[in-house]
Amino acid sequence: MSGVGTSGVGTSGVGTSGVGVIVDPAPPRRGSRPAVGGYLTMALAVAVMVLPLVWMALASFKGMDELYRLPIQWLPDSLAPTNYVTAAQSVPFGMFFVNSAITTVLGAGLKMLLGLMTAYALVFVDIPFRRFFFYVVVCALLVPQQIVLIPNYALVAQLDWLNTYQGMIVPGLASAFGTFLFRQHFLTLPRSILEAAELDGAGHWRRLWRFVVPLSGPTIAAVGLVSIVTEWNDYLWPLLVIDRPEMMTLPVGLTLLMNFDGIPDWGVIMAGTVLVTVPVLAVFFLLQRRIVAGLVTGAVTG
Amino acid sequence: MLAGPNIALLVVFTYRPLLQSFYLSTLQWNLGSPTAIPVGLANYGDFFADPGTPRMLAVTAIFTLATVGGGMVLGLLLAVLLNRKLRFRGAARTIVVAPYVLSGVAVGLLWLFVFDPNFGVLSALLRAVGIGSPDWYTDPQWALVMVIIVYLWKNVGYVALIYLAGLQAVPRDLLEAASLDGASPLRSFVSVVLPLLGPTTFFLSITTLLTSLQSFDIIRAMTNGGPLEGTTTMMYSIYLEGFAAGRAGYSSAIATILFLVLFVITVVQLRFVERKVHYA
Repeated sequence: MSGVGTSGVGTSGVGTSGVGVIVDPAPPRRGSRPAVGGYLTMALAVAVMVLPLVWMALASFKGMDELYRLPIQWLPDSLAPTNYVTAAQSVPFGMFFVNSAITTVLGAGLKMLLGLMTAYALVFVDIPFRRFFFYVVVCALLVPQQIVLIPNYALVAQLDWLNTYQGMIVPGLASAFGTFLFRQHFLTLPRSILEAAELDGAGHWRRLWRFVVPLSGPTIAAVGLVSIVTEWNDYLWPLLVIDRPEMMTLPVGLTLLMNFDGIPDWGVIMAGTVLVTVPVLAVFFLLQRRIVAGLVTGAVTG
Repeated sequence: MLAGPNIALLVVFTYRPLLQSFYLSTLQWNLGSPTAIPVGLANYGDFFADPGTPRMLAVTAIFTLATVGGGMVLGLLLAVLLNRKLRFRGAARTIVVAPYVLSGVAVGLLWLFVFDPNFGVLSALLRAVGIGSPDWYTDPQWALVMVIIVYLWKNVGYVALIYLAGLQAVPRDLLEAASLDGASPLRSFVSVVLPLLGPTTFFLSITTLLTSLQSFDIIRAMTNGGPLEGTTTMMYSIYLEGFAAGRAGYSSAIATILFLVLFVITVVQLRFVERKVHYA
């Protein structure tokens, strides 16, 4: 199996031959030579990205004796899910999953709602100091998480919110990024539709849901998916406010599998990482166009 | 009012703690303790007098430069590659971006096993080409290299993706004109494409810098700041001081310094770009 070899070390080998060829010279001639180098580089890049994940998946089926065998072997002796059973027995993975799902759905959902409402107000409602409020939202993007860590922790502890869902969710709820993207999108919507709706006597709430939201499907989907991925993977904040296992989310609970004293049972740990990564990978591969759009939107308009 | 809740949350959980952090940095205060002693700027004095500080700043600088600079260079090369008219490039794009959506903790643990000096796949590969594996787990310098590699693996797809979007906005006729003028592909990349990517590069330099300086989960999962504090960045030290050692005032002082550094960098970048990037 060492034939898979050359691609191992990090990202250093990626794309050295690519630079000159960006130009897509008019119609690409069939079978032209530079393509071979292109394909090789692409294969190398893909291998570097994929092999660690394959290694993880295969290791999750290996017993201790297989993991610590030299020379290393790639394929497990059997596909029995022993490590998954061990992982689920040593820590409450079911609870972690439920907690992750609750915080992700509530966190991402409420964040979107707040973002939509704020962006609507900033674009379509004649509020005083509109520009000022916009800056309040945008400048928040520049405040790094670590500086608010201790004061927010102290506040959450004071409110007696440690080890609660609200403690995990509420401090991160304000939507600066989402509001910003929604606003950029709303500015492109035709005002005439909303003016017509206003003449028909529709209030702001109705105008938002009946006219603006239906016209914003792709942006909402993109922001929503990016928020879901972010919430699902969030680690630092839940790590701080949760110390009871039954309230932990998957990323926080995962580290409980590390046995820092003895030899780590990598098979069990890899089984845990598979359980954390597979749902989000599945979502990504199913909906990657939308997620990619969400990631790029900020860059192009920003 | 529609914007009310969101603005209120921003004030309570972003702007209030921002200001409070400045205040906390002037206290000698342990997290959870009822008493706090005002000490003025003593925490800042302690920070600069601490013999470990220069090293921690150096680790932060190396980590940041390597992840931001390395990420932008590798990301641009990847974007150029994935922008070529090759079969399967759509699939390749998806795969290259995929690690970006994964949990940093899971990625850290997975790579920790890849790096295992005896039983990991990397050491097997290194043995196959006739070199032994470095001591990733116990040598501070190699441990730093290790977390940098993993950070790049996870995040390079995002940079590539944004550059790809930028590349696709480059007008074809400009490139055709350059090609008619006899410019080599490399030449037209350097003098036509690269300048047009200026705004994208600017956007990426700010966002990746902010993310890199805040990175936490990979370091926590892989090294916990060690060995011998070889991977303790400023961000990680804020966490260790504030929550492991409980020195909340001191930790707030580090956070404030980090914030000021970020603020200055951002302002300088904005200024610089206002003057330099004006063709869009």
